[in-house]
Amino acid sequence: MNRFAYARPTTIAEAIQAATHSEGAAYLGGGTNLVDLIKENVARPHTLVGVERLPLDRVEEQTDGRVHIGARVTNADVAYHPVIERRYPLLAKAILAGASAQLRNMATTGGNLLQRTRCYYFYDESVPCNKRAPGTGCPALHGYNRIHAILGASDHCIAVHPSDMCVALAALEAVVHVEGRAGPRTVPFADFHRLPGDDPTRDTTLQPGDLIIRVELPAAGFPSHHAYLKIRDRASYSFALVSVAAALELDRGLIVRGRLALGGVAHRPWRVPAAEAMLGGQRPTGELFDAVAAEVLRSARGFEHNTFKIELARRAITRALTTAADRTITP
Amino acid sequence: MISLPKLMPLGTTVVGQPINRVDGMAKVTGAARYAADHAVPELLHGFVVASAITRGRILHIDATAARQVAGIVAVLTHENRPKTAWWKYKWKDQTSPPGSPFRPLQGPEIHFADQPIALVIATSSELARHAASLVRVDYEQAEHQTGVRAHRAQRKTATTLRPGIAGPPAPRGDADGAFAAAPVQVDAEYTTPVEHHNALELHASTVVYAEGGHLTIHEKTQGVQNCQVYIAHVFGVPKKKVRVLSPYVGGAFGSGLRPQAQLFLAVAAALHLKQSVRVVLTRQQNFGVGHRPETVQRIALGASPDGKLQSLIHEVTSETSRYEEYVEAIANWSALLYACPNTRHSYDVVPLDVSTPGDMRAPGGAVGVYGIECAMDEIAHQVGIDPVELRLRNYAERDEANDLAFSSKELRACYTRASDRFGWARRSPAPRSMRDGPLLIGWGMASGVWEAMQMPAGARVALSPDGVLTVSTATSDIGTGTYTILSQIAAEALGLPLENVVVRLGDSDLPFSAVEGGSWTAASTGTAVMSACTQLRRKLLTLARQQPNSPLRDLREQEVEWANGYIRAKADPSRGIALADLARASDDGLSLKVTVLPHLLSQRKFARYTHSAVFAEVEVDEEFGRVQVRRMVSAVAAGRILNPKTARSQVIGGMVWGIGMALQEETHTDHRLGRYLNHSLAEYHIPVHADIRELDVIFVEETDDIVNPIGVKGVGEIGIVGVAAAIANAVFHATGKRVRDLPITLDKILRT
Repeated sequence: MNRFAYARPTTIAEAIQAATHSEGAAYLGGGTNLVDLIKENVARPHTLVGVERLPLDRVEEQTDGRVHIGARVTNADVAYHPVIERRYPLLAKAILAGASAQLRNMATTGGNLLQRTRCYYFYDESVPCNKRAPGTGCPALHGYNRIHAILGASDHCIAVHPSDMCVALAALEAVVHVEGRAGPRTVPFADFHRLPGDDPTRDTTLQPGDLIIRVELPAAGFPSHHAYLKIRDRASYSFALVSVAAALELDRGLIVRGRLALGGVAHRPWRVPAAEAMLGGQRPTGELFDAVAAEVLRSARGFEHNTFKIELARRAITRALTTAADRTITP
Repeated sequence: MISLPKLMPLGTTVVGQPINRVDGMAKVTGAARYAADHAVPELLHGFVVASAITRGRILHIDATAARQVAGIVAVLTHENRPKTAWWKYKWKDQTSPPGSPFRPLQGPEIHFADQPIALVIATSSELARHAASLVRVDYEQAEHQTGVRAHRAQRKTATTLRPGIAGPPAPRGDADGAFAAAPVQVDAEYTTPVEHHNALELHASTVVYAEGGHLTIHEKTQGVQNCQVYIAHVFGVPKKKVRVLSPYVGGAFGSGLRPQAQLFLAVAAALHLKQSVRVVLTRQQNFGVGHRPETVQRIALGASPDGKLQSLIHEVTSETSRYEEYVEAIANWSALLYACPNTRHSYDVVPLDVSTPGDMRAPGGAVGVYGIECAMDEIAHQVGIDPVELRLRNYAERDEANDLAFSSKELRACYTRASDRFGWARRSPAPRSMRDGPLLIGWGMASGVWEAMQMPAGARVALSPDGVLTVSTATSDIGTGTYTILSQIAAEALGLPLENVVVRLGDSDLPFSAVEGGSWTAASTGTAVMSACTQLRRKLLTLARQQPNSPLRDLREQEVEWANGYIRAKADPSRGIALADLARASDDGLSLKVTVLPHLLSQRKFARYTHSAVFAEVEVDEEFGRVQVRRMVSAVAAGRILNPKTARSQVIGGMVWGIGMALQEETHTDHRLGRYLNHSLAEYHIPVHADIRELDVIFVEETDDIVNPIGVKGVGEIGIVGVAAAIANAVFHATGKRVRDLPITLDKILRT
């Protein structure tokens, strides 16, 4: 744990200034992950910029049907918000599949996007880790890697992104509104998180000082045909070995379009547009879903302890798509 | 020392009733203070620096940067720690295994990962933690070894189990020959992982330093006097200058039996600085202070076609540290549970670069019974008879290994009561033959057994003029309900309302108590309290008879009764004297202390054990390998049940832990680094509410006048024993897959 200054700005401009002008600054939302990281010397911010006074605490329906979720709305408040429950039940279910009630009451929307991997090695400062200490190596590669990536990993890092909420946001094609030194901008969800490549220290494409303002949900929320399937080692309060967010739009027995995102398998929520494209115009059948699963996992590669996740993911994709296709919920 | 009647008369007005915890209000309102909760003026805070390597030595500790932080008072290392005892026996505690105990800060050698190597002391815990991150350590790293399975070739025969723990039973007949000749054979290896206690309360010590070097220590421990003696011996201070308090413990499960490193460090700092110091280990550091050892059990059973055992071979290999030889009684249970003419049991240990393993709820029993009860299920499946019937055919009427009769053994009744409640008769025997929609359903069962021990224990009772009885003894209540059951015993014995009894525990100044463990506290301390109350009754009756115009003048002990705070004539309850009046009339105070030793002479003629039968139903989503325990029934025969509510809580707690042991719990080690990996409650999986459904506990009536004078066997551990086997057997029944490696995680089901 290091010593840090603590700022509690009341405006977005002040917050960005505070974070930009001090080296090693970090925004503090619910603190459910960052405080742990600070205590274990994994994160050593010199300044914590609290967001609790910023006016980012609303879920608002826009006139064009889109919905804005303020960055500091808690996970619980998003999941139980009537608009989210009605129009984006996939998101509500994904959030409620994560963490525990206590954590969801504290954790914020922006913080959820920025939570760090649960890779054991990342959390132990006594051991090498390219994500924590660049250039020291990745002990997970040849170590105990049961919970690690099967897609998109590099020789530098095989950690996975731990969020459930982000898997649903990826499937829903959310857009992240960010404000930084250069002013406001929007980032499509697919471009928000990054793969480890040769710089695993960076989980996202954010620049220093960038503040997440809100998450924007497109009008289409797939309320009738969706599923969030999370496979894990216990029934609650554990991270996904594999999770799948499946969303379908059906019309007279045919799939108009489908979305599919995987959690627990890669450094970011995993989508394969080519696999999703296979769904359009098709009848929802087991054969189709098997073919889609095979396409999603075509580049999957396991390590010593986690090859089971490839087969697990294949089955989870098929089950999630089947559930989504069968589910008929009147909004 | 007093001699006690074999079975003391104990009523059932309060004893045996489902009384709420008397300490419940203090706990839910926060009035109960735990070791790190005490506010102390001028308190300093120590933060532990732990070793980054697993084996080797410290070349240099550079604490310059840490010392420069304002508010840092000192950094203690092996180079500047206070003087301590040089003789290794001074470091031993009541529960030490053979060997030389770990001595923090004694030298530069590193014996295990996360070994405490320095203590940074500051005016606040945050500052101490910050400065600790600035300490730089240069090491000379040596090759380490962790993991029993990889280093099994280095195993050696265990020289001796700990004092008080029986070694392997002597071989009988020709186990190997009989096995080779048996028409039915099971020869399998069962493995269990390292597990950590992970009590909610972290290991913590608050040492209050007073003039003249008097130490008052608020400690998380299962043995205040064990800690007191340890500190006196290690630091060479008189025992009377050390007082250890532990009135409330936030879970310990065995981890509080031995004095842990934070106690040594906090006392060392307090003596060094002559100031009060608190040290709390972090969750990660708690993984360095004892664990259930990794084990490999080879079990070979030979049977005749009707399932009668002809041969029983049980070989255990477990890990220990390089400085102590810790061995649990894992194999002995199979010799005890079943009749078999040819048996062989053995213990091997593999010394590794780990901290010494330690007792964890039903040490040895939870692991050993898992092995034998799974192997028995394999026999039942092979010969095609019902698992319960197989156990009845091999039922041990005597402890064959020691040729002793059981003091009592209602295991048959446990099988019957639990299987009836469970509906076992409706089980379809073939694996994969029961379903609920897409889910596979499995029913499995197992036996459980644990020791019914009694230890020496003392107790003081004192009746005050306001009619309040104070009962005091040094034992800890680690959450089991000791405050409550002792209150009940005293209230029953003296006919006092429960609210007129105050129980004081967890203070080394109070009458002697062995460490709280082994399920023996109710039996040991309960007997001490009962006998103290019995003596007080005699004193009170004598005093009552001596009162002027006493209505009880001519009455003898059997002619009076004790109720509503009065002694009164049985024949005419209107003739009585209030106990409070007697307390006021007494000039020398109504207080007395007893120490009770077990009746070893009569006890040793019998095998004394608690038994249980556990039945479990699981559902398995085979596509994903997911297992969910739907319901469990456990029937327990544990002698007299003092409080069915707190006893049920104990058993349910054990059953929940058993579900974790079967399906979730495991400390992962990176053997290349020699370090534990999942050292947080997020990654170390124990069951959460959503994992637990229906749990049903039955207490089977059992009378036993051998185990101790109050006929109590204890229920602290029996709840977990057998549970993992029942679940593993249910998983086999559901899927036809035999996973012999705990925990049964979904990847193992998918692989098998």
